[in-house]
Amino acid sequence: MVPEIGHFALILALALAACQAVLPLLGAHRNDAAMMSVARSAAVGQFFFVAVSFFCLTWAFLQDDFSVLYVANHSQLALPTGYKVSAVWSAHEGSLLMWILILAAWTMAVARFSSDMPEKLVARVIGVLGVLSIGFLLFALLTSNPFERLIPAAVDGADLNPLLQDPGLAIHPPLLYIGYVGFSVAFAFAIAAMIGGDLDQNWARWARPWTVTAWAFLTVGIALGSWWAYYELGWGGWWFWDPVENASFMPWLIGTALIHSLAVTERRGLFKSWTLLLAISAFSLSLLGTFLVRSGIIVSVHAFATDPTRGFFILSFLTVVVVGALVLYAWRAPALDSSAGFRLLSREMFLLLNNVLLVIATTLVLLGTLAPLIVEMLNGGKISVGAPWFEIAFLVPMIPLIFLLGLGMHTAWRQQNKQPWLRLLRLPAIAAVIIGVVLPLLFYGRVSLMLAVGSIAAVWIVISSLIQPIRSWRRKEGAAAITRAALGMCIAHLGMGLFVLGATVVSAFGVESDRSMRVGESVDVSGFQFELRELREVQGPNYTAIEGVVEIRRDGTYVGTVRPQKRQYLVQKSWMTEAGIHPTWNKDLFVALGDQLGDGAWSVRIQYKPMISFLWVAAFVMALGGIVAVSDRRYRRGAAQESAA
Amino acid sequence: MKPRQQRMLAVGLAALGVAVAAGLSLRAFEENMMFFVEISSVVAGDYPTERNFRIGGLVVADSVQREEGSLDMRFRVTDTRCELGVVYSGVLPDLFREGQGVVAHGRMGDDKVFVASKILAKHDEEYMAPEVAESINKHVEDKIATAQGTVAECEA
Repeated sequence: MVPEIGHFALILALALAACQAVLPLLGAHRNDAAMMSVARSAAVGQFFFVAVSFFCLTWAFLQDDFSVLYVANHSQLALPTGYKVSAVWSAHEGSLLMWILILAAWTMAVARFSSDMPEKLVARVIGVLGVLSIGFLLFALLTSNPFERLIPAAVDGADLNPLLQDPGLAIHPPLLYIGYVGFSVAFAFAIAAMIGGDLDQNWARWARPWTVTAWAFLTVGIALGSWWAYYELGWGGWWFWDPVENASFMPWLIGTALIHSLAVTERRGLFKSWTLLLAISAFSLSLLGTFLVRSGIIVSVHAFATDPTRGFFILSFLTVVVVGALVLYAWRAPALDSSAGFRLLSREMFLLLNNVLLVIATTLVLLGTLAPLIVEMLNGGKISVGAPWFEIAFLVPMIPLIFLLGLGMHTAWRQQNKQPWLRLLRLPAIAAVIIGVVLPLLFYGRVSLMLAVGSIAAVWIVISSLIQPIRSWRRKEGAAAITRAALGMCIAHLGMGLFVLGATVVSAFGVESDRSMRVGESVDVSGFQFELRELREVQGPNYTAIEGVVEIRRDGTYVGTVRPQKRQYLVQKSWMTEAGIHPTWNKDLFVALGDQLGDGAWSVRIQYKPMISFLWVAAFVMALGGIVAVSDRRYRRGAAQESAA
Repeated sequence: MKPRQQRMLAVGLAALGVAVAAGLSLRAFEENMMFFVEISSVVAGDYPTERNFRIGGLVVADSVQREEGSLDMRFRVTDTRCELGVVYSGVLPDLFREGQGVVAHGRMGDDKVFVASKILAKHDEEYMAPEVAESINKHVEDKIATAQGTVAECEA
């Protein structure tokens, strides 16, 4: 009964989405206030029914209702309760439902926090979000119904894929989706502006917090995925340039360009049509990512099991959205552009460079990701593009981007006077070069060209992000206190600096070594002695495991003990590696059990990963910067009236 | 700057950047792309000799051998028509099992044995790399078509 209620609620949500799409858009066109006022209540209603539907599916998982096919395929009686909940979004049907729920939640948030926006703009934004919602609801109802029954019901379920039985992966998809789907709000704002033919600086002020919030969530979502891949897949890398990773990274890159371009549009009323194009691209790339992941068209370790009808549906939807948006863009955007100018040495110029470089980076990632498809279509054989290519290609736009970042932050809008600018930046630049070369020599005893470039860049960004907050803090109260928006920017850029530092050090000094070990044996990796003290059997709720106890010492001094496990999950009979990690702020020591080699020996992968934790901390700092910026006074309700008064 | 100059500048910079990036990345691309070669083609001697490539198929049952206590191992992969020996040294992925699909990166060594530098096994029970599935299905269909299961002997 409950699953049918869920299914029915989803159909009702579709009906409300149709109202939410048609009436407000029509109302805005005809200047009909009554029709426009439907927008908010339809959004709330739609959210309610999608939430009911999502709750019903969760309920089916918690009740072990194996008469529901999706539950039978992805859960099991002995599965811990927390994972029964996260199993809801562990595969295609449920994660699509979660996507729809998040879209409805964003829409409701727009309805709630838009009281200072013109009614017409609100109606159009919510209307466009309604159109998107119709697309996804149809997708779920027509091709991917999570409530489909299994008759006769299964006695027990097939279990959640053991790889997904992990707290990191339980929260990674929701955060990632909040980010992905959040870009649909930016998209809706862009479409609404083009339909209305009206794009002023207020528009950018309204659109900006939504975009930055979505970007912050996407940042954390991607970082969590990377963290999970690091400790759970047992490979010890943190980014593999896998198509599915790229699928989430491309919207992030374009989203980053978009928040910078929006800054110019808000402060100076420039780059309007460019901002629109980026807003369209960010959401289109999110859709493209969904298509790549769910159609099975590209070879990836993350791929969902293939279903051609689903791939076809998303591709059609993608085409409609992209073509529709671009036609509208070609038709309406030229009228929106403004004619203000700026000087060569100005913040506008640096933000322009930022955008150009980020777009180039995105294009390169897109090319590398789609190359296997393109080559195969041209009958060039089945190829794959390795991570080394991405690593080289990606650095080409990134290195100048990072150096320009530190300059751009301290450049004024419109026109920057050269002399004070040089005076301000001379010292930080010299300091960055010296520290950047000395630091690796001091801690790791060597330096190379790439390493020096990376660490100088990192130190440079860190220093230049700190200048403004320190100055405002030292000046004490009153005089020119730093705004939340500026502080947020500094925090986010500081995060970028920490990220570059971590990435540089871990790629230069990280060590991975596969060894054969017996109980009582000790191996030496990077100056650390790893001794396998004991192997024992451990019983988990739904698995049994062999656990190694590995004691780590450095020159005889005890450092720590890690307990890597090799788990066998009872239902799927599959083996899983749980790495043992000894984390400290400046390095991870990582031990993973491999296979039994016979004669009491095990293959063991040992890794030394210096400063790898900086990568994830950095992502959180970046996201925090976004949130701080959004909390700025000028984005609060009523700020417009205040500033007008 | 006037808007017109602005636009020209933006376009110029973008074009320059794209050109440099395209040039560099195309060169690197040549070196880093890896072809997938079917087992039957490898056995017939049709494979790139100067560079790494990918192979894929099913791990032959009871073919996994290793020296006691050593990381070195060898096994055989099949596309159901031909078999190829593979040597590898290192930790295997969790889902590597006899009778299951596997993809290996590497190059041909002496004695017609594939020296793998990386082994990938599927992540998901339902999922098999499409190119592997395709190369296997082709031969299975051949066999079904002739109903004897003896056609298309492996030609070395």
